Amino acid sequence: MAITTTKSAYWAGFRDGAPFMLVAGPFAVLFGVLATEAGLNLFEVMSFSLVVIAGAAQFTAMQLMQENAPTVIVLISALAVNLRVAMYSAAITPYLGAAPLWKRAFMAYLLVDQSYALSHAKFETEPELSVPARAAYYFGTCTLVMITWFVCSYLGAALGTQLPSNLPLDFALPITFLSMVAPLLRTLPHVIAAVVAIIVALLAVNVPYSLGLIIAGSAGMAAGALSETYLTRKALT
Amino acid sequence: MIDKSTLWTVIILLGVGSFALRFSFLGLVGDRPMPAWLVRSLRYTAVAILPAMIAPLIAFSNEAGTGPDPSRLAAALMTLIVGAATKNVILALFTGASTLGIGLYFFG
Repeated sequence: MAITTTKSAYWAGFRDGAPFMLVAGPFAVLFGVLATEAGLNLFEVMSFSLVVIAGAAQFTAMQLMQENAPTVIVLISALAVNLRVAMYSAAITPYLGAAPLWKRAFMAYLLVDQSYALSHAKFETEPELSVPARAAYYFGTCTLVMITWFVCSYLGAALGTQLPSNLPLDFALPITFLSMVAPLLRTLPHVIAAVVAIIVALLAVNVPYSLGLIIAGSAGMAAGALSETYLTRKALT
Repeated sequence: MIDKSTLWTVIILLGVGSFALRFSFLGLVGDRPMPAWLVRSLRYTAVAILPAMIAPLIAFSNEAGTGPDPSRLAAALMTLIVGAATKNVILALFTGASTLGIGLYFFG
């Protein structure tokens, strides 16, 4: 159905975003629980989730802080995990770049996997949408996901102190990250990037200052990019 | 225990940094094209860094920290297999957690 007003565009985004509550919810609860287990109080957990709004980066920062990594390493690693949002930012700019600056600032704050994925697909299939309608759709996709993110972070933090102490929470992070990564292994270069990163991470496990993660991540990214270049060239010849 | 001043430094700077990443192109670059090598590398950030982070946690997950704990290794493999096969994040998450729960219940 074609979207005629900005109001209907907002509600279309709102509806399309609803299923993603099921994805954001569990991760937010888990973050609240793990952060509370690590000694953060409710205010600190909520500030973390409100200021950063990035599941994987938040988990990474928590893990490295618990390993007593230097602050600068914590920041570089967590931001590296979050680099993909820069790619999202680039991808939606042709569609939303004409919006007023204050609106773009809000959009940037709310730019997450879900708002990017839904909006980019929508803008591609309906190029006739006006810029205000696109912005309204975008904010619609964010609404329920963000509410879920904050409420479930709160629930996790509140729950954290009351969980039985024999739960294997040490392994919550590996399972969380594997479940996020496995569906992304769509092409051979993606698999190569992951395998190289894992091998280098295991070899570099004794490198000081938790630098092993940055070395392994860079090696994996380079391996992915290089194998993509190689495979594309091979397909052309 | 995480030092409070470290925690707040990380929360604030990570917030500022994440916002900068999100705002970068939307706010500053506009619709000018980006170098191809940069776009290509950005595509592989998640699949490189997330596995690199957890590989040692899985490989040295037994109590002595010398090798993998069988239940944890099985849970990791099940998460990976179900996630790759179904592309369903939540199904993968729950499969992994259940495998770990069952493994620890029967084998300690």
